[in-house]
Parts: sequence; structure tokens; C-alpha cells
Amino acid sequence: MQLVLEKRAERSGTIALVSPLIAIGLTIVTMVILFAILGKNPLLALHAYFIAPLTDGYSLQEIAVKATPLVMIAIGLSLCYLANAWNIGAEGQFLIGAVAGSWIAVKTQGTDAGAWVLPAMLVLAAAAGALYALIPAICKVKFGASEILTSLMLVYVADLFLDYLVRGPWRDPHGFNFPTTAEFDPVATVPLLIEGGRLHLGSTIALLVVAAAAILLGRTIKGFEIRVVGAAPRAARFGGFNANQLIILTFAVSGALAGLAGIIEVAGPVGHLQPGISPGYGFTAIIVAFLGRLNPLGILVAGLFLALTFIGGEQAQIAMKIPLDVTKVFQGILLFYVLACDSLILYRFKLVFPNRKVVARGAG
Amino acid sequence: MQAHQRMLDPTSNGQHSGESPLLRTIGLTKRYGDFLANDCIDIEIRPREIHALLGENGAGKSTLVKAIYGLIQPSAGEIHWQGERIVLSGPSEARIRGIGMVFQHFSLFDNLTVAENVALGLDGKESFKDMSARLEQVSKTYGLPLDPRREVWQLSVGERQRIEIVRALMQDPKFLILDEPTAVLTPQEADQLFIVLDRLKAEGRAILYISHKLEEVKRLCDTATILRGGRKVETCNPRLETAASLARMMVGGEVKEVKGASGRRTTVPRLVVNDLSLAPVEAHGVRLEHISFELKGGEILGIAGVAGNGQDELFAALSGERLAKNPGTVVIEGIAAGHLSITQRRKLGAAFVPEERLGHGTAPRMRLSENALLTGHAASGMVRRGFIDTAATLRTVDRATETFDVRKAKRDPEAASLSGGNLQKFIVGREILRNPAVLVVSQPTWGVDAGAAAVIRQALLDLATAGAAVLVTSQDLDELAEIADRIAVMFHGKLSAPLSAREASREKLGLLMGGSSLQPKEIAHAAGA
Repeated sequence: MQLVLEKRAERSGTIALVSPLIAIGLTIVTMVILFAILGKNPLLALHAYFIAPLTDGYSLQEIAVKATPLVMIAIGLSLCYLANAWNIGAEGQFLIGAVAGSWIAVKTQGTDAGAWVLPAMLVLAAAAGALYALIPAICKVKFGASEILTSLMLVYVADLFLDYLVRGPWRDPHGFNFPTTAEFDPVATVPLLIEGGRLHLGSTIALLVVAAAAILLGRTIKGFEIRVVGAAPRAARFGGFNANQLIILTFAVSGALAGLAGIIEVAGPVGHLQPGISPGYGFTAIIVAFLGRLNPLGILVAGLFLALTFIGGEQAQIAMKIPLDVTKVFQGILLFYVLACDSLILYRFKLVFPNRKVVARGAG
Repeated sequence: MQAHQRMLDPTSNGQHSGESPLLRTIGLTKRYGDFLANDCIDIEIRPREIHALLGENGAGKSTLVKAIYGLIQPSAGEIHWQGERIVLSGPSEARIRGIGMVFQHFSLFDNLTVAENVALGLDGKESFKDMSARLEQVSKTYGLPLDPRREVWQLSVGERQRIEIVRALMQDPKFLILDEPTAVLTPQEADQLFIVLDRLKAEGRAILYISHKLEEVKRLCDTATILRGGRKVETCNPRLETAASLARMMVGGEVKEVKGASGRRTTVPRLVVNDLSLAPVEAHGVRLEHISFELKGGEILGIAGVAGNGQDELFAALSGERLAKNPGTVVIEGIAAGHLSITQRRKLGAAFVPEERLGHGTAPRMRLSENALLTGHAASGMVRRGFIDTAATLRTVDRATETFDVRKAKRDPEAASLSGGNLQKFIVGREILRNPAVLVVSQPTWGVDAGAAAVIRQALLDLATAGAAVLVTSQDLDELAEIADRIAVMFHGKLSAPLSAREASREKLGLLMGGSSLQPKEIAHAAGA
């Protein structure tokens, strides 16, 4: 008897839906083992991670707030990945967007600038994110440079650039030498949806982005082009679609969305520009994109789930002294299982028994 | 594991029916999932026998020989070699035991010399110098001339096949498997190969000859085993059968005849190629040189030639997957189109069917409706203001299904789940339903079952009758003879002057395919027709 992986005639739609759930299940099993090794009660730890954040209104809002940048970035990344363009540098595009948008906020600070400030910040942030993402895209198209490496390396450039600004030219003169800008003016702040709460307009924008992406991919010829170029490059060329053009386009769109997410985070929950505005949103969004099967609605669900692990991680740290890094371990293990379970869409397990009858007949 | 170095029985009288089988399979079965590629196949091959393995694509021929050569493990059943049951660990063990194989697709390194390629394929420990000497001697003995010092990229396909055959012969096999060896040969080259095979047979070796060319099998083979749908249908003496009776056994029914159109009239030129030259993109690619022809509405022009002589390059240049510098080199419907993209050429009324069905003609993991959109988005009302009209794409699938008898499990499955023949019918149908003015099609029935091939050829004829200009590239001379009005031959990136189909005998085409030009007298003869 042996266990073999066997190719399916068609990709299984059911498994495509179920495989992220299998991955989550396997991740939880692994985490239980890990908690046990760390000497923590696994049941209490799981409760702190996954149940406790869902039980009070504040945490629920906080999950939506954390999911907002994750979903927006992941939607952009999914377009890239569908088109076989590997943008790994969303974190950098997020930071550059935050910096570019903050520039308007910083320059208009204390003036009587009107309601145009926030929209201008959003537009500039999106444009800056797009331009920053075009650097690896153009290097890829013109020189064949690996976009994986170039986009990743530009993350560190963006990170250090932000660091320089808030420690130097943009530092708040009344900020006790902390590396941060002054608190943004109200016209430069993303409005809250609930008075006194945490939920802000950015979450609405994220939902609009999800809807737009669903229409783009499902209904338009551009979305079809993106999918064909990734799935069958030669057939795409035969169809008359230009792969290089789509690399440029998807990188620009994903950079714009990451940049937009960056300024919304800074002008929303954070309120000023400072280092550490992102707990790795740009990287976690890669997991969100794959966990959501590169499908806009899937990404919405996956974004909420990953946000839950951020909040749960904080609760587990407070309640049980589980290090915050365990959350990152959790996210890494999850991506590993998601990618592994993907093979079940095209393959299935089968038990094979050697057929003794035929052998016996052959000998007879 | 014992080594079998026993020689063939010297007392054998040459009557193969009297000899014990060299190789025998008993109930050989290979299962891929629910699919039985081989279902309980019994086959016996004797020394001094050329044994044909006949069957359509997907009948299980390749699976069977792969099991015999140790490339795959059978799911059930046995293989007996010289009367003893064996379980092969892999091809190298098969070679040690004396089983050799020449594949249809060569595994040669273009940048290495003939001798280097042979050395890489041998398991022995002899020095390179000894090996080269032996290579020259074997190639001389069997009349398979080869220069060991030449690099493979300089050689013709026929010469490359010789390398594979010599490489197999250098292991002194008792049993040699040849997978569709004449598919890449000119008729003359095929005749030379048959002489070699007869000689191997006279030396007491056994040959398993995979083919679907019936005339060839009747001429060459002593025994034929016919497979259909993974099962053995019959083992017979092909010389006592007619081509028609063999075809019936292969197909499992009558093969539909293609009806040539009567009263087809040629109209205005719809596709004109003027002095088209293109440098190759890849290293060792073929350079297109001064290609010119004119194709009128109502006409089918066939392009014959051994694979790799520039047919793929010509297709890319005609389709617009590669652009020409000079717009006037490709003229579609009277409009210079050499610089236009494939989408713009489609809008001019051109349609294209490439050789590769999966990955080129279709995106394998996408649905048929999406694959209808792949080529239909330019000019079929499937897209409005950037939005896809899903109903229109599905209508194309339904119409293609109905008109061309595409068999599939559900209304809109993934392209990869269709059989080769059904997918090809869909691809050809998808283009014909657009009512093209010009159809450029490459290898329309390659690897397609006989029923589907007849449907496709008929569709091409009907399209020409309706007034379109059809350009068919094919390696199958019988196919071209059946449907083409004129036939030109491609060799080393050059295209010969077209011969009228009546004038284009196998011999003449074979000479052109091998690179010799026709005598002036013959050309005059052809032109005068």
C-alpha cells in the first residue's frame, strides 16, 4: 500500500475554497504543539489569539482598522501575482506613500489650508507609491532585472528615507527630540466613522477597492489579460496581450494601493509620521493575498483573519506573556501551509494497493 | 540481478513463428488515476521480427513502450525477457539487458558534437577516442553516415535521428524500440531507414515499430499489434490486411472520407507575402530568407517540409507574434500588415491556429469560454467598453461544440480536460466561426484521432469553398495531398515555388524537403500544368 499524489483532470473548485481552511487548521495544530513546547496552556493561548479579540467592540473595531491596510495592499499584490509579476516590496511602497502624503500635512501644518488637504494627500501618496513601484517594474522590463530582488531592496531605502526625515527636517520642534512629526491638523486627518471609536474612513475605501478589483478581474478584458499573462504567457502573446505592459500596469496599481494604505495609516490611526508605522503590513499582505487565493473577496476574509492574529498576539502577550514574535511565526507557518495545500487543487491523494490478482494470473 | 549475456539461439532457423519470444508482456496494465492507459496488454516479440505497434494518439502505445523500456512502472502485469520475468529499475537496466529505444523527440545537446552527445548517452567506461572510433565504424556498417566532429545544431533532423539510432546500436541491443521514426523524415530518408531496419532484422534483432502510417507498416512489418483505447484489439500479419481494414481496427469504425469541393473558384489575392526575411531570435534558430507567395480566396496552399525548417518562424511572422520591419512584406486583404500586431491583423480578417494546442492556442487551465475570448476579443463583439460579454463567449463555445462535434464532459470545461482531437476541433472551430478572410493553420491534425482529423480537414475545405484563403503547414504529405490546391516546400528557411497538387508527387516533394532543387525540366513541367 502506498500514498501517491495524483493529477486531477480539472482544478477542483471545492478544494480551492477549502484549502485555505485546511491550511489554517494545520497551522493551529502546529501552534498548539509550539505553545506546549513554550510551556503555555495551548487552549488558553488559542482563546487569547482567536476568541478574546472577537468578544468586545473595541477589539472588533481594531481588527477592521488593522485589516484595512492589509486588504488594500494585498489586492494590489494579487494583481501582480496573477500577472506573474512578483512585487515583494509593498512595504517600501507603503512607506513612500506615507512620506509623500505627510509632506502636504507637514507643509500645511498650522496654516488655514482647507478641506483639499486630505484628498491631495491621498492622491499624492498613491502617485508616489506607484512611481516607487515602477522602479523595479521598469528595471524588469528594460533590463530583465529580477523584480523580486529590486522591489525588496527598495523597502530598506524607503525605510531609511523615512527615518532620516523624521529625525531631521520634519522633526516636531516641540516633540522632546522624539523622531516624529507634529500631530497632523484635523484637515489632514482621516475622519472617523464612529465618534470616539477607532473605525475610520479608510475601511470604507478598502471595501471599495475590493469591489473594484472583483469587477476588474471578473468582468473586464483588462482583468482577463492579467489572468492569461500569468497563467499561460505564450497563449497570452497569441491572444495579442503584452506581458511587459501588464507588469508595468500591475506594479503601478499595487504601488498606488500600498501608498494609499500608507497615508491612510499615518493620517488615520497613527496621526503623525514616525518610524515603525507599519508592523510589516507590506509583508503580511503577501500572506493575505495567497491565503485569499488571489481573489478579492477571499483577500477581504484573509485580511480580517490576519488582523485577528495581530490583535490576538497583543492580547496573548499581555495575558500570557507569549512573545509578540510568535505572531510572526504563526503567520510564516500559515503561508507555508497555504502554499502546500494549493497543490491539492491540481492533485489529490490516493491510496494505491498493488493488485495481487493480476500478478497471480500472470504467474499461472 | 543477473546479467543476461546469452546470445540469441544460433540454431534458430529464421522462422520467427518457431522461436520463443524475446520479450513478452502478460496482462500489462498502467493506471493513471481512474484512467487506464494500458489495460491488460499481452504482446509477444520474437527475434528477427519487425513488430508494428499501431494505434491512434492516446491508444496507449507510448505508455506500453515506456513500461517495456523501464521509464515507468506498470501498475499490474508482468514483463518477461528471454523467458524470465524481469522488473526494470529504469532505462539503464533495460539497456544493459539489451533493450534500446529511439524516441520521437530527440534528447540531444545542440552545442555539442555528435561524438560528445553519444558519449553522454552511453553508460560504458571506454575512452572518448575508442568510443569515437566505434561510433564511426557502427555508422559506416549500417549505412548511417555521421561525422562525429560536427555540432548537432548544424545537422538536419534526419541526421539527428541517425545519432539517436547509432547511439542505440552502439549498445548492441537485441531489441530496439522506434517511436514514430518516419514522422520527421522525407520519403527518401524513410526509404533509407527501412533498409537499415531490414538489415537489423537479418542480424537477428527484434524491432518494435510504433507508427500510425498504415502503408509503411504493411510494407515493413511482419506482425502488427493494434491498440485502441488502452486495450489490445488484435495481433495480425499486416501484409494480409488492407490499409482500410487496419484503419478500421485502429479507429473502431469506418473513417469518414473528406469531400473535396467541386467548383471551387479562386478570387482575389487575400494573403500576399513579399520577399519576407527575418533573422532568428534564438541561437541556432532558422533565418527566413526571401519568402514570397500569393494566396487567393478560395484556395488552399500547403506548406510541406521537415519540422524545424522555419515553419514556426513563418507562422510567427504571419500571425504578428513577430513583427517585420517592412510593412509590405505581409499583406492581408490588400493592406500592408507586416508591422501590425496580431490583434490588428485579426481585425483585418485573419485568423490563426498554431501547432501547440495547450499553452499556445489555448490557456490550458482556463475555460473554453475564456479561450474563445482569447482570440475573439479583437473582433467578435465579445467585449463592450472593456467589459466582457460572458453570454457571447459562451455562445461561441456552444456554436463550436455543435458545428464541429466537440465532445466534452460539461458545457464549459477547462481546455486541458479535453482530448487532443476535441480541443483541436474547438480551436479550429473558434477561428472558423469568425468567418476569416485568411486562415493560417499549422499542423491542423497533429496528434488528433482519425475522426477529428476528418472533421477538421473538411472544415478547412469548406472554408476555402466559402471564399477564404487558407494556408496549411503540415508534415503529413497525405494530408496536404488531400486538401491543398498547391504545395510549396520549406527548407532551411526558404520556400520553394508552389507546385500544383497534381504535379506534387511524393518523390518531388521528398527531394525538395531534402534540400535538392528540382531539375529545370521538372519545374517547367510543373509550371506548365
